Amino acid sequence: MIDVQLSESPLDTAAIIASVQDERCGAVDVFIGTVRNQTKGKAVQRLEYEVYAPMALKVMREICAEAEERWNTIAIAAHHRYGVIETGDIAVVVSVSTPHRADAFAACQYIIDTLKERVPIWKKEFFDDGEVWVMPHA
Amino acid sequence: MTIIIKFFALGRELVGANELHVDLPEKASVHDALERLQTEHPKLAQLPSFLVALNAEYAERNATLKNGDELAIIPPVSGG
Repeated sequence: MIDVQLSESPLDTAAIIASVQDERCGAVDVFIGTVRNQTKGKAVQRLEYEVYAPMALKVMREICAEAEERWNTIAIAAHHRYGVIETGDIAVVVSVSTPHRADAFAACQYIIDTLKERVPIWKKEFFDDGEVWVMPHA
Repeated sequence: MTIIIKFFALGRELVGANELHVDLPEKASVHDALERLQTEHPKLAQLPSFLVALNAEYAERNATLKNGDELAIIPPVSGG
């Protein structure tokens, strides 16, 4: 089972975790990405995420399918927020259930790492004195 | 033929539009479309780098375009 979603409203981590639970599984791993209140010592007021929705969903699905092929997973959910997000809020949740824990850790890490490299989502940081598009892979 | 070019994030701000409709000769390539774009919107050169997507999939610049295609300029991504 692969479930990818983009959401403008807050993510419900408990519901996402529950959605991957399965009696065949001995492990559920979850990654929760939250909005930091500073970047290189500079206070961040809020973030804004922009998304190319049809392509983002397609690429998220591809990445989850790659993880499913590589590790023994039962269910994978990856949900990403967009729009304005305040510091401390949750921007992304990835949850993976597997029969054994090593696969859950590995698949979850692969999905979040690859999502950050490949999915067409952009974040803008707003500071007291300006705003900047974040470009870690420029 | 006419294609749609979509812009996001810094690319959208530099061009000042979410999307443009661009007329190109038949069998034009992604590369041809980008050349036209860079002539008409020189500010795009301020993007440090970008990839392109054709109909919502990453594409090479020698890919051939057809009428109605959706080309997207993908600045460096920063999700997560």
